[in-house]
Amino acid sequence: MQFMLLFSRRGKLRLQKWYVPLSDKEKKKITRELVQTVLARKPKMCSFLEWRDLKIVYRRYASLYFCCAIEDQDNELITLEIIHRYVELLDKCFGSVCELDIFNFEKAYFILDEFLLGGEVQETSKKNVLKAIEQADLLQEEAETPRSVLEEIGLT
Amino acid sequence: MPAVSKGDGMRGLAVFISDIRNCKSKEAEIKRINKELANIRSKFKGDKALDGYSKKKYVCKLLFIFLLGHDIDFGHMEAVNLLSSNKYTEKQIGYLFISVLVNSNSELIRLINNAIKNDLASRNPTFMCLALHCIANVGSREMGEAFAADIPRILVAGDSMDSVKQSAALCLLRLYKASPDLVPMGEWTARVVHLLNDQHMGVVTAAVSLITCLCKKNPDDFKTCISLAVSRLSRIVSSASTDLQDYTYYFVPAPWLSVKLLRLLQCYPPPEDAAVKGRLVESLETVLNKAQEPPKSKKVQHSNAKNAILFETISLIIHYDSEPNLLVRACNQLGQFLQHRETNLRYLALESMCTLASSEFSHEAVKTHIDTVINALKTERDVSVRQRAADLLYAMCDRSNAKQIVSEMLRYLETADYAIREEIVLKVAILAEKYAVDYSWYVDTILNLIRIAGDYVSEEVWYRVLQIVTNRDDVQGYAAKTVFEALQAPACHENMVKVGGYILGEFGNLIAGDPRSSPPVQFSLLHSKFHLCSVATRALLLSTYIKFINLFPETKATIQGVLRAGSQLRNADVELQQRAVEYLTLSSVASTDVLATVLEEMPPFPERESSILAKLKRKKGPGAASALDDGRRDASSSDINGAVEPTPSTVSTPSPSADLLGLRAAPPPAAAPAPASAGNLLVDVFSDGPAAQPSLGPTPEEAFLSELEPPAPESPMALLADPAPAADPGPEDIGPPVPEADELLNKFVCKNNGVLFENQLLQIGVKSEFRQNLGRMYLFYGNKTSVQFQNFLPTVVHPGDLQTQLAVQTKRVAAQVDGGAQVQQVLNIECLRDFLTPPLLSVRFRYGGAPQSLTLKLPVTINKFFQPTEMAAQDFFQRWKQLSLPLQEAQKIFKANHPMDAEVTKAKLLGFGSALLDNVDPNPENFVGAGIIQTKALQVGCLLRLEPNAQAQMYRLTLRTSKESVSRHLCELLAQQF
Repeated sequence: MQFMLLFSRRGKLRLQKWYVPLSDKEKKKITRELVQTVLARKPKMCSFLEWRDLKIVYRRYASLYFCCAIEDQDNELITLEIIHRYVELLDKCFGSVCELDIFNFEKAYFILDEFLLGGEVQETSKKNVLKAIEQADLLQEEAETPRSVLEEIGLT
Repeated sequence: MPAVSKGDGMRGLAVFISDIRNCKSKEAEIKRINKELANIRSKFKGDKALDGYSKKKYVCKLLFIFLLGHDIDFGHMEAVNLLSSNKYTEKQIGYLFISVLVNSNSELIRLINNAIKNDLASRNPTFMCLALHCIANVGSREMGEAFAADIPRILVAGDSMDSVKQSAALCLLRLYKASPDLVPMGEWTARVVHLLNDQHMGVVTAAVSLITCLCKKNPDDFKTCISLAVSRLSRIVSSASTDLQDYTYYFVPAPWLSVKLLRLLQCYPPPEDAAVKGRLVESLETVLNKAQEPPKSKKVQHSNAKNAILFETISLIIHYDSEPNLLVRACNQLGQFLQHRETNLRYLALESMCTLASSEFSHEAVKTHIDTVINALKTERDVSVRQRAADLLYAMCDRSNAKQIVSEMLRYLETADYAIREEIVLKVAILAEKYAVDYSWYVDTILNLIRIAGDYVSEEVWYRVLQIVTNRDDVQGYAAKTVFEALQAPACHENMVKVGGYILGEFGNLIAGDPRSSPPVQFSLLHSKFHLCSVATRALLLSTYIKFINLFPETKATIQGVLRAGSQLRNADVELQQRAVEYLTLSSVASTDVLATVLEEMPPFPERESSILAKLKRKKGPGAASALDDGRRDASSSDINGAVEPTPSTVSTPSPSADLLGLRAAPPPAAAPAPASAGNLLVDVFSDGPAAQPSLGPTPEEAFLSELEPPAPESPMALLADPAPAADPGPEDIGPPVPEADELLNKFVCKNNGVLFENQLLQIGVKSEFRQNLGRMYLFYGNKTSVQFQNFLPTVVHPGDLQTQLAVQTKRVAAQVDGGAQVQQVLNIECLRDFLTPPLLSVRFRYGGAPQSLTLKLPVTINKFFQPTEMAAQDFFQRWKQLSLPLQEAQKIFKANHPMDAEVTKAKLLGFGSALLDNVDPNPENFVGAGIIQTKALQVGCLLRLEPNAQAQMYRLTLRTSKESVSRHLCELLAQQF
């Protein structure tokens, strides 16, 4: 996989993950182009399209679009299920993917890294991915000390 | 499983994010962000040392701001500090920031690498994984240099945790892809292969990806993976749906791993070992069998996962191309999918069947689905699926079904989406040529193409029909009769006029006996189209006329009258004027014998690969046309097209037309007969190859033409042409443009003449004119000093893709420019297709012994090829509506940089090239314009509207064109002018 983009129905980018080196300018250009292309497609259309020399696989969940760019030899259907498995993982951690729309953007990246690395599937077992995230959460709870609300908002 | 755990909250971050999401406007968002940035900056600069938590929170905010698309230029140091924290979440945020925002600040890289090194050595698997993720995410060469040698060790170490192995495998894969030279092969490779046997499915999943990548470059080193992969695969496909526990996905055992294993096997030929092969074939059969079983779940995830394995299995079967039984089964399976209710499956089935069509074992089986595929072409609602259907029809075409397929594709063309018309045209042209049984069918098909989709018929296509007609005398009479009939249509496409003009000029005599198509009738038919045509077509028609004088002496007086008319003899276009003058003289002074020799029928074209096929390959990338090339090995290909030989040079051919007539490969004529064959008169319009020799007195243009391809030394052209191109600087060794280059360029967007550049030594003036897709520019280099410039060398360089978009031919100027003197350089410019960046002009010389060099942007922008179009309000609005896709429109709202004077604005818009339309916009303050950008490959219709708001001192500019990039580019160019 060359990259994955998550964006909202209104075209706001929520997550971007690039597995090939590209300049910021190029990334922005690609994002703009793909967001427009994918949002312009009608619901019943197929989930795959040819784009430059890549294949785009996308799927919509509620108001979020998940969009992956894969290479010519890669398997489209299994990529659709990569998206679905990622959504399941996010759901498990957040309760609902819609929350990604609001907070926890950093967490979405951490989960993705446990699942996909360098553009390849690293671990497909939901249990194992969640275990890794859970361990992280535990480690963190040990480390945190309670703080006052004022301090957290940055008012002190 | 708890939802987001409680300790996680960075409340300040949450508040900030929700503030941003609630912003009503872009401005409000930017304001909020700037406030936050100022706050973070002051925290980072403050005297109070920040604790880890605050640092984490602020770094995370910066990251969020960056991901919103804003630039971040600080905070890197704080992020690096977080890496050495021993709190997991702080470290984690630090790594995330580094992965997303790393730049090659060498000081920082050293610190980052240090932190990574510590974590890798920490033996804490969680920290090790974080470090490995970071390396994999950044994947830079610097990281490779620092860690590529360590990671294989971690990967195969006996005591590494499974999760660390997984991350190490994929981290190594990423580094190997980025810089393979940095990853040393060694004894670890054998142990990596054995990870395929690992107990932990996750480790196997990660390792297969790595092995698949490594074995492509070192197939022999990894050969042992075949049998291991086969046994792993066989165990998975034969396992029950619950055996693999959490690696079962919606009742499908390990779908990701299965797909990866099948991919790995596609790196190798079928297994040699009979037992391994038997086991593999059995597994493949199992997959095919399972496809026929009822689904275990109604969920789409189940069917997708199952079918993902099935499609990958079919890919492997096609890759082996050796098991007729499996191939036919695969084809039947895909046949079922062709009518599946899931669009995705129909799409994939069409795509997969395309490759099956090229196997000799399954070609016939694929053909049985022709009706379904034709139906898909007609009824699919998604254009990408229709595209696949068209591809498949192309791939399954052979002599037996060519007529049916070609006629279906022609029918489809009438309603096809604009985006794919050109490709369909190419495909039809290729099929018609390849499988023509009789040439009249071929000629009819191509003329139909021009009639239905004339705009999309590229030169390659109509050149090719001329080549074939010229080479086959049994079709010439039919061709002449058919084009004569086609030209009777009141509105016929210009490409039809070109083909008709050429064919009647060569073979009009074959139908001249019929009084309905007598010579005067042929001439007046052609001439009735003359005034509506572009310069190139008119030039071609003039050549047809001189050929008529030779073929039909009775038309001589009429034609001489046409040539003699002031509109020809004094035509402002030098090409037309030159032809008129020369042809008129030739027809008056040359004896009939000389005339007959000069204007003899064109010699046959050398048989080479169809240039259309080459074009399709260029369009679709290598391998796209292979279905025709290597797929069909029947002997039927030769009789019409000649031997199909691959041309390795297709990609580097500078202009698509250059190679077309096969002239490039032909050696230059040893002694060109004088005067040269009249064919060249005609050819030189199209061809920029060396064979476009000056026929009747060389003109400067023709000398320039030769520059695109260095002529062979013995060619007489060598004297006229530039020295070998090696002397010219390539794009890499000229300097960057001077800082003010863009500003200077902007000055010339709306005007053609003026001083381009001036410093103490040198003044460069420009005079240029443009018509259609052609332009001529005079550059005047003035030496402002009293000392001679030496080695004076101005060159034009095409950066990037520009070479295929714009042809600029220059003539060398004298290498010395005396003090106070001025030299002139002529540039001939041809716009081949739309382009975004202007060519660069590099000027180098020595002044008083010191080398001087200077790079400017040549004032050639796409709007120079504007042809103004007048139209009424109604037409304008209709077209405006037709261009209503979001991509077709570009809009800019900007502040006026100059006083808002309506007359000045008008002048600028006219200078920009569009027509100004009055009484179109209901608001008389607004400006509305229309025009067509003329390029050799395509025309782009453009509409524009400029709305000044004097009160606010603002403008709103809207461009609509049929091409997204053109809209944007024109909008940018024009917005800078007011």
